[in-house]
Amino acid sequence: MRYMTIYKSVESKAPPTQEHMDAMGKFIEEIAAAGVLVRTDGLLPSSRGARVRLTDDGKITVTDGPFAETKEVVGGYAIIDVATREEAIEWTKRFLKVAGAGESEIREMYVQPAFDADPTQPSQHNAASRQ
Amino acid sequence: MSDVNSAIDAVWRIESAKVIASLARITGDVGLAEDLAQDALLAALERWPETGIPDNPGAWLMATAKHRAIDMHRRSKLLERKHEQMVPELEERQELSVSDLDTALDDDIGDDLLRLMFTACHPVLSTDARVALTLRLLGGLTTDEIARAFLVPEPTVAQRIVRAKRTLSEAHVPFEVPRGDDRDERLSSVLGVIYLIFNEGYSATAGADWMRPGLCEDALRLGRILAELAANEPEVHGLVALMEIQASRLRARTGPKGEPILLLEQDRGRWDHLLIRRGLSALDRAERLGGERGPYVLQAAIAACHARARTPEETDWERIVALYDALAELTPSPIVELNRAVAVSMAYGPATALELVEPLQSEPALRNYHLLPSVRADLLMKLKRFPEARVEFERAASMTRNSRERALLLERARECGLDDQLENNHVSSN
Repeated sequence: MRYMTIYKSVESKAPPTQEHMDAMGKFIEEIAAAGVLVRTDGLLPSSRGARVRLTDDGKITVTDGPFAETKEVVGGYAIIDVATREEAIEWTKRFLKVAGAGESEIREMYVQPAFDADPTQPSQHNAASRQ
Repeated sequence: MSDVNSAIDAVWRIESAKVIASLARITGDVGLAEDLAQDALLAALERWPETGIPDNPGAWLMATAKHRAIDMHRRSKLLERKHEQMVPELEERQELSVSDLDTALDDDIGDDLLRLMFTACHPVLSTDARVALTLRLLGGLTTDEIARAFLVPEPTVAQRIVRAKRTLSEAHVPFEVPRGDDRDERLSSVLGVIYLIFNEGYSATAGADWMRPGLCEDALRLGRILAELAANEPEVHGLVALMEIQASRLRARTGPKGEPILLLEQDRGRWDHLLIRRGLSALDRAERLGGERGPYVLQAAIAACHARARTPEETDWERIVALYDALAELTPSPIVELNRAVAVSMAYGPATALELVEPLQSEPALRNYHLLPSVRADLLMKLKRFPEARVEFERAASMTRNSRERALLLERARECGLDDQLENNHVSSN
């Protein structure tokens, strides 16, 4: 089973310390060595990003980062292959202890079933991978 | 199952191989190590629902298992002779705090895991036993899970594992990573076991299911673990690359009714590009290590040719033929010859390929191999020799043990009949 975990925390103005980066590096090595980690990336400060929103009345607003008005921002993500949801939770607990205070959202990723239940429905997987 | 129990299952999946590996180093006996680890698991199942899961569950399991080992030793005179050396080390470690223990274990846990892999795949064991033991000790699967994956009764697997552990003990198989001349052969046994697990999942030889992806995931995980433990072995990365790329096609290999879809007819948009990327980078890692390309690296390189082609037409068939040439030289086998013939047909036409296939007809190893008539049928069809093709497709259908594949082959046989009619009509109307 494949999960995406999305980590959210209060954005610190200071860059991460060497110690913190080393600890995270060690954790990533551990989860990779366990054959679980498929992919992960850290994200740069939200000041380099933007938020784009479409409202119900069809208006689009673009807000430049940093996102000062919100408490927690997405700080990174990982894609992992595990046997069960509980295993994803267990790895996420270990990740949080290294990453620091914040919240990780764990979501099972949609994987095209080997046997299509309904071939008349367009495949989401196709739509995503053709973008 | 309660939440705590399933959380314990998750911890067990993550920690069991490490616990067993460390205990096996100390006790020198894989079977005993697993029993002790199981005892620790039972203790966790008793305690954790009340106390909650400890902060460092791995260290807790390890410490508990070690204390059991000491108790057991003190009680059992039988073990005295066998584990003379175990006691001092255990007594010494008992004095350490849990966190000390954890640090001490971290240092050599990789070596212990590698030793465990080599031991579970030891040539003194039958292939079935190697597979069962590897999934059990390193994959953290229960005997019931292994039984279900391989469609055999649970007691069969349980007995297989008990017997395997006894064999290891009776043969005094040392708990070590082999060195010297032995090493290559032993490594290829480990790789063979992992690939066999993968293939069992990828292409079930019997039953209605074309694939049992759970086993593919287990094999991939074992391969990825091994890639970190034996990072300097190109063949390990070759195997991982091969599995990642093959697994990337898992979802594209079946159609709406569950029928198999062959490589060239697959919708490449349904391939898992994340796995392809991992596969290509594992292959790159293997090739950067240099040396002669081994069979897994070559097979991965072939798989990579397909993975890199955005459309079937873009496939570099000449390169694939060259890779098969190298593979045939390294590990000559009728099956490699057959695959080479398929590539030759794509690169240089069906007539040349058919010449390569004909001598394989008398090959005893392929007598019951349905892909021989299937490939031959395909070539005959391309050469518009429809009646012969039809007979071959039907023969292939009667030989496969996979019901979905049989349906596909019969469908192709029927098409040959139709094509033949069309062709004849065409000829007569001219």
